[in-house]
Amino acid sequence: MSGQPESRGRMSRSDTMETVRKGLRSRYAAERRFIWYGRGAIAIALGFLVLLVGSILIKGASVVTQTHVKLTVELPLEAFSKNGEVTADSIGAANFVGLVKTSLRDLFPDVSGRRDKRALDSLISSGAPYELRDHVLANPELVGQSIDIWLSASDDIDMLDKGYIDRDVDSTGRRVTDKQIAWYDQLIAEGRLERQFNTTFFTSGDSREPEQAGIWGAALGSFYTLLVTLLLAFPLGVTTAVYLEEFAPKNKWTDLIEVNINNLAAVPSIIFGLLGLAVFLNIIGLPRSAPLAGGVVLALMTLPTIIIAGRAALKAVPPSIREAALGVGASRLQTVTHHVLPLAMPGMLTGSIIGMAQALGETAPLLMIGMVAFIVDLPGGPLDPATVLPVQVYIWADSPERAFVERTSAGIIVLLLFLVVMNLSAVMLRKRFERRW
Amino acid sequence: MTDTLPPDEDLRTAIVAEGVNVYYGEKQALFDVDLDIKQNQVTALIGPSGCGKSTFLRCINRMNDVIDGCRVEGRIALDGDDIYDRSVDVVQLRARIGMVFQKPNPFPKSIFDNVSYGPRIHGIAERKADLEEIVHDSLVRAGLWNEVADRLNEPGTGLSGGQQQRLCIARAIAVRPDVILMDEPCSALDPIATARIEELIDDLRENYTIVIVTHSMQQAARVSQRTAFFHLGNLVEFGPTDQIFTSPRDKRTESYITGRIG
Repeated sequence: MSGQPESRGRMSRSDTMETVRKGLRSRYAAERRFIWYGRGAIAIALGFLVLLVGSILIKGASVVTQTHVKLTVELPLEAFSKNGEVTADSIGAANFVGLVKTSLRDLFPDVSGRRDKRALDSLISSGAPYELRDHVLANPELVGQSIDIWLSASDDIDMLDKGYIDRDVDSTGRRVTDKQIAWYDQLIAEGRLERQFNTTFFTSGDSREPEQAGIWGAALGSFYTLLVTLLLAFPLGVTTAVYLEEFAPKNKWTDLIEVNINNLAAVPSIIFGLLGLAVFLNIIGLPRSAPLAGGVVLALMTLPTIIIAGRAALKAVPPSIREAALGVGASRLQTVTHHVLPLAMPGMLTGSIIGMAQALGETAPLLMIGMVAFIVDLPGGPLDPATVLPVQVYIWADSPERAFVERTSAGIIVLLLFLVVMNLSAVMLRKRFERRW
Repeated sequence: MTDTLPPDEDLRTAIVAEGVNVYYGEKQALFDVDLDIKQNQVTALIGPSGCGKSTFLRCINRMNDVIDGCRVEGRIALDGDDIYDRSVDVVQLRARIGMVFQKPNPFPKSIFDNVSYGPRIHGIAERKADLEEIVHDSLVRAGLWNEVADRLNEPGTGLSGGQQQRLCIARAIAVRPDVILMDEPCSALDPIATARIEELIDDLRENYTIVIVTHSMQQAARVSQRTAFFHLGNLVEFGPTDQIFTSPRDKRTESYITGRIG
């Protein structure tokens, strides 16, 4: 305003507003930039996620089906009888390998020469005779008849059918010869080759033959191991957190304990495996390769995470609740169990799920106790030898057969699904606790 | 409320404090406090912020025990027995002395569970019928029954501020205490809710001994029969409320009451 003396450092009201207005532009610009950085980061992360999950899904989705060949198998009575009678034993002792080979030869009667015959036999999975045996044992009345049965094709034929083997490549550069491709085409023309649901993958344990390898053994192993881990680590972790936070005196010994627990959370996980080998297997004598031993080792590894998260959750409960309970005459234990713990439970559950998800993906600590091994049978309980999902994926990733690429990706998908199920149940549990005011 | 009080000599003394000194670590918060609380009376503790009135209140039910580094010296006797004696069970003490806090803090449970919690954990009542009777009785005495009778299973935290505070009072009286301590119970409430609670305090006086900390002199004048004025950790003056407010003996008391300090 004219005529008004400019005193040093003091601005008139309209000057102040003008300065503020000028500064607004750069302030808002900084904010907008930050928002765009955030969006960009999310877009990049999403992009990588889509790339990762997409490539796994593309490679692994085809495991859902498995190529089968319909063979007409003769089951002559004399092949199944011993001393004139047909019993379960005599059926089981029959030469199923020969029966399968015979039915193949009948389909392609022109094939001659040892090399070609061997090539013909390798169209069918080496597990097919066992499939035939199981079928006849389950239906003994079929003895003496001629049956049509779908049996698993070999992994090379499976890969050919799914398009993973390129026909145009030179014959010496592929797994299937031209003759085998011709037989394959003929089988398709006769309607004797199709892809069916791959029950083997979802119900069997590991195998050296890819078409017979399944994820179920590892899934059960992971389940039992995590069950043992949860049953040990969660109660111990929660009660330890409660004791340390609410009851233990605050002196330099408890400070030392707290420092040690924090450090344990950072110890390389293979050290826990060494401990497991030295103490649990050698001194205590837990069964080697069993989910029980694995669960105990993983529980030790998960405890620090649960304790630290638990203490933080307890610290976050407002002191007014404790005062109200104490004021009414509740003892310290009652105050904690009736009032503080229920309010701290959502935080504790979050910490536990983080710990369990870590435990699900661990392989190094299981190395020393024998769970990183080739185990074929399905575990019946926590005491039987077993392997876990990440180990199974690792073993398959190491194998040269083409079909194992498909199964590695499928194994990863199963592992991720396991994780999603665990997290969903945790979220549901948290909601249940949070809803109660 | 001008009702004729029986002369003080006729009333029993519920709580006697002698030479009470309280330290938070190195810092001393209360200096040599001598005070006696008469039965079935409302005693108000007033004074400026930080004068130690809440500290003294919390000594009475030993709530200061949970504060690390807090040390209490001297003697506080409830019906003649020193409450800081080693043989005293603090849980039992807190069943005889109830407390209502500045900010209403009902448990995150139903209204019924809030009031029945005390009787349940002390074993006063276990059967559903007994508990229901106690809950009904306490809520009636706290002046809350009519408003919540049809929603006892709803969460206590869903009530209004004034209702929550009355719920906390009901919770405190459900265990049939001898004494109720109130630490600025109305400071978080609006004037109408405050008036209802002051009425309630006057009704409760019949059956309970009440000690109330308040930063409002008007409230002290309205509800209490005796008033103690604290200043910088010292008990400056203590006597009948009328006398404190109309003819205080100490200069500091007079300065506080007339608004010159605090």
